[in-house]
Amino acid sequence: MSLEVSATVRERDVDISFTVGDGETVAILGPNGAGKSTVLSVVAGLLRPDVGRVVLDGRVLVDVGRSRSSTWIAPHAREVALLAQEPLLFPHLTAAGNVAFGPRSRGQGRRAATAVAERWLGEVDATELAGRRPSALSGGQAQRVAVARALAGDPRLLLLDEPMAALDVAVAPALRQMLRRVLAERAAIIVTHDLLDALLLASRVVVVESGRVVEVGTTRDVLARPRSAFAARIAGLNLVSGLVAGRGVRTPAGLVVEGMADVPVHDGDPAVAMFRPSSVAVYREPPVGSPRNVLAVTVTELEPHGDQVRVRSEHLTADVTVQAVADLALVPGDEVVFVVKASEVAVYPT
Amino acid sequence: MPRPASGSGLPGWVFVPAAAGALFVVLPLVAMATRVDWSQFVTLVTSDSSRAALGLSLRTSLATTVLCVVLGVPMAMVLARTSFRGQGVLRSLVLLPLVLPPVVGGIALLYTFGRHGLLGHSLDVLGVQIAFSTTAVVMAQTFVALPFLVLSLEGSLRTAGSRYEQVASTLGARPTTVLRRVTLPLVLPGLVSGAVLSFARALGEFGATLTFAGSLEGVTRTLPLEIYLQRESDADAAVALSLVLVIVAVVVIGLARVRRGGLA
Repeated sequence: MSLEVSATVRERDVDISFTVGDGETVAILGPNGAGKSTVLSVVAGLLRPDVGRVVLDGRVLVDVGRSRSSTWIAPHAREVALLAQEPLLFPHLTAAGNVAFGPRSRGQGRRAATAVAERWLGEVDATELAGRRPSALSGGQAQRVAVARALAGDPRLLLLDEPMAALDVAVAPALRQMLRRVLAERAAIIVTHDLLDALLLASRVVVVESGRVVEVGTTRDVLARPRSAFAARIAGLNLVSGLVAGRGVRTPAGLVVEGMADVPVHDGDPAVAMFRPSSVAVYREPPVGSPRNVLAVTVTELEPHGDQVRVRSEHLTADVTVQAVADLALVPGDEVVFVVKASEVAVYPT
Repeated sequence: MPRPASGSGLPGWVFVPAAAGALFVVLPLVAMATRVDWSQFVTLVTSDSSRAALGLSLRTSLATTVLCVVLGVPMAMVLARTSFRGQGVLRSLVLLPLVLPPVVGGIALLYTFGRHGLLGHSLDVLGVQIAFSTTAVVMAQTFVALPFLVLSLEGSLRTAGSRYEQVASTLGARPTTVLRRVTLPLVLPGLVSGAVLSFARALGEFGATLTFAGSLEGVTRTLPLEIYLQRESDADAAVALSLVLVIVAVVVIGLARVRRGGLA
């Protein structure tokens, strides 16, 4: 077990505990104000909980409010790095100076720290930015340098507090891919309310609502069968996993779902195709001459969903109007086809 | 060319009192400059007593600035980064010399460090006499100038916030390293302007110095004291020295502006 956290912060009505395995990335999902960032602050040592215990790799970082003796390790001695929403690069240092800050602070010499900085800037594809000041970097470039800075000190645990939230949608996918690469085999906690972050970066998900953990599970389970209201709202997406084939994903059963990829994908790579239930149309017969994806399913369930009806099959769901259900005279057990345009399907490597 | 009022978004009438205010500050300086006896100027400002006063003023003001930085930076940090009971009261007391008449400050110092003062008696026993020495000049100037640095730096620290410091600490930097490599560089412009304000205030200090340090030529008679003294006997010398003080002040402010401009 790599990390064990339990924290009660009465002022913010937060009472959360969870664990992170060795080399595992855990996503904390939840609405704004649920207490996600509070937990990160406790682990980083920036907020003292009323009652709490944090153990990292067998070392007690925090043990307060449970007995008369208490333990509180200062942030700089925790080997826990924090990457925030904004890059927060030190404005008076160059990009390389920022990345070298951690190694320097841990006692490495100037030359050794510079070498570490060069290596990490290379890892995040920012070698050419080494000499620039933060004011001369774009948001995406600055966040890449911030990732390098956080990792250059070789922390035991990396905390990411919505690292993509302040970025353009255009640059977020590239940063996400980069994070995937550097987070592999590394213990990390990522706070997010973006489903994709959880799906692509984390192996397990902790869902937090109103300061309490409401759901824990592997990312795929939570997204496929959400039990909490928040997970259901952000999940409820259709996921089809398989291998990249052309512009789509081929399932082990041979079904191909065509889609659009934000990042380059290569044939044979494991990937997932995602689409919203609201972009699915339901037909009795496959439409003729349509370039769209046609997926044959058996209706298992019909349930009201807002002012629409959610049509469930074994793996996929569709949201259609009450009128459509009436016109098709749908009942559970019916053989129908789900139809979705390729432009509504997002393909991501996993 | 002044920008048209419509372009600045300000109502036009604002420029009238603004111009009047600027004139109110600049006009007396011009009036003084017109009274300078230029044929005698160099002789007047290079007399022994003038040179002694100017030298003493610059030395003591510089020492005061160093003292203000050494004491004021930690004070500003404690005020900006901590919260404790009575902090508001403490801040008000520390800033009191800003509004206190300097002569009152001088009397307070005299009753602390003077021969019969609170600490002065013990110091006297040890053979240390502060009052009416150059040390006393520096202390009087520090007493009135310190709040300028504290106030300016505390504002900079609050504006900078503590988020960079938090990031630095999670990167493994000890508190002293954070202070040296992150906090101070971030607030350097505020520190420089605070130090310049302190220097300028020390340069102009009169009341506390006269009360606590007296007016001994070459020892405690700084330039403002010399000017006041000369005004009684030799008005031309007083005006000439006043102009020197104005020039020194302008140079200091100008240097600070260049420094800050260079940083930005």
